[in-house]
Amino acid sequence: MSRNMVIIGAGQAGARAALELREQGWKGGISLIGREAHPPYERPPLSKDAMVGEAAASPAAIISKASAAELGIELATNTSAMRIDPSGHRVLLQDGRELGYERLLLATGASSRRLLIGGKEPAGLLYLRTYPDALLIRDRLSAGSRIVIVGAGFTGLELAASARQRGCEVVVLEAGPRILMRGVSAEIAADVYALHRAQGVAFELGVGIKAIEPIEPAAMGIGRRHLVKLADGRTIECDAVIAGIGAVPDTSLAESAGLEIENGIRASHTLATSDADIFAAGDCCSFPHPLYGGRRIRLESWRNAEDQGAHAAAAMLGGKEPYAAVPWFWSDQYDRTLQVSGLSDAGATTVARIAEDGVNRLFFGLDEGGRLVSASGIGAANIAKDIKAAELMIQRRLVPDPALLARPGIKLKSLLLPASEEKGA
Amino acid sequence: MAENWVEVCAANEIEQEDVIRFDHADRTFAVYRSEDDRYFATDGYCTHERFHLADGFVMGSTIECPKHNGRFDYTTGKAKKAPVCVDLKTYPVKVENGKVYLRAEA
Ligand SMILES: Cc1cc2nc3c(=O)[nH]c(=O)nc-3n(C[C@H](O)[C@H](O)[C@H](O)COP(=O)(O)OP(=O)(O)OC[C@H]3O[C@@H](n4cnc5c(N)ncnc54)[C@H](O)[C@@H]3O)c2cc1C
Ligand code: FES
Repeated sequence: MSRNMVIIGAGQAGARAALELREQGWKGGISLIGREAHPPYERPPLSKDAMVGEAAASPAAIISKASAAELGIELATNTSAMRIDPSGHRVLLQDGRELGYERLLLATGASSRRLLIGGKEPAGLLYLRTYPDALLIRDRLSAGSRIVIVGAGFTGLELAASARQRGCEVVVLEAGPRILMRGVSAEIAADVYALHRAQGVAFELGVGIKAIEPIEPAAMGIGRRHLVKLADGRTIECDAVIAGIGAVPDTSLAESAGLEIENGIRASHTLATSDADIFAAGDCCSFPHPLYGGRRIRLESWRNAEDQGAHAAAAMLGGKEPYAAVPWFWSDQYDRTLQVSGLSDAGATTVARIAEDGVNRLFFGLDEGGRLVSASGIGAANIAKDIKAAELMIQRRLVPDPALLARPGIKLKSLLLPASEEKGA
Repeated sequence: MAENWVEVCAANEIEQEDVIRFDHADRTFAVYRSEDDRYFATDGYCTHERFHLADGFVMGSTIECPKHNGRFDYTTGKAKKAPVCVDLKTYPVKVENGKVYLRAEA
């Protein structure tokens, strides 16, 4: 067996894992294999700053070619891993090379879910997952153009905000009865809806789409003018259609290697897959969460990718700790920040804490036993302080007094004191 | 060197184990009060991206950035947790007659 660690997928989780392997003292080889043309880069700015700010010449790198070389990390870009041979501990690359591994990490992420109408994908739609995707979209957001966004999830809504900031007219189509069906409480979703309405975004909720057709079929290329035909007979003419209807975990490589799949690559509490020498991290994997009774979840969030990348690196070096970080993510829309920690669908009751000036609005989820299981907040940047305090409460399995949670005058941090600790937890 | 201390605020305007933002002469700082009532100051913005640390969370001698949860020891400026890897600049602070002062060299 070779003294080599191989990481497939040079995104957030893969890059962090490579850095962490070195940080933790691994002296052998590290190969970081990525399909994209750019060295690992940050995706969150793609729907935000990269759409509205100055056009950047390249995406924000997590690790540059130079620093990878300095750290002795072999970074291959433009290179897909084609096949894994688990018994031979080898990976076959697109360029024909074979890499032996001692431990392997799958950090293959997720891809945009394709919009299908009657089983077929309409031609010319835009999607956002990669830097090249972002450049294409950015190019279409000229002032005065009309943009239709299909899907009112985080990516779609951040794009709606960016498009408004660029002076576009924006119509968001959502099949569900409300926006942000996944990941946040209904109260926060209502706040975000009001924010977008106030900024002039039009919404069509609970709509079906019958067809999306190019207006000038002869015009080649994607992101051109389209006619969107709704199920109720109405039509919308627009300059571009962007589909933001979620992401699908990239499991094909794992599947063909015979690894167990369950809403992504099935990982254990230490992030090992069904093969003890192969690990998984980030958007591509599901794992059992000890804070939620071992419930199997898959997260698509920046911090989860970072933390799991680091955790998987430790596990590849023999660590046996379970991964137990409190789920957390943020979103920025206009001048508002939204942060969520914990799992908002795990709560049985909701407690609201509204700041006196009405800016910062927090919603806590408590389970049947009164334990804090989630906190979602929207407001100014300093909402981070309260969400962090809530995260620590969730991590410590505290049962806070709901009356105190609701009072904005009481510092949340003061509720971290052991007095409110769950007895016998 | 000249004693160019600038007044930040009253000492009790910063809560224990917390941080506030202080802007002065086109610059911005984060000013901290520890659990044991010591005061510190660092650059306001995180060294990773341009987010203000005054919106972050203080735990012991650590400030956690509000954006990506990078961490620094605010008493020394040392970067302690990824994604931050560049240390923060720190500034001398003193408390006199119930007021906090910091010295920001040009
Ligand atoms: C537009 C956008 C905005 C976002 N905003 C936020 C936000 O505000 N807050 C937040 O918390 N999260 C946000 N996220 C989510 C966050 O960026 C992701 O959760 C994170 O990038 C996941 O990291 P990952 O390493 O698991 O996957 P990725 O970053 O997707 O990396 C996986 C990489 O693996 C490569 N790959 C796949 N298969 C192979 C193969 N066979 N061979 C070689 N390479 C392969 C892929 O090409 C890709 O480069 C956003 C995501 C997007 C797309
Ligand atoms: S901006 Fe502070 S950690 Fe990223």
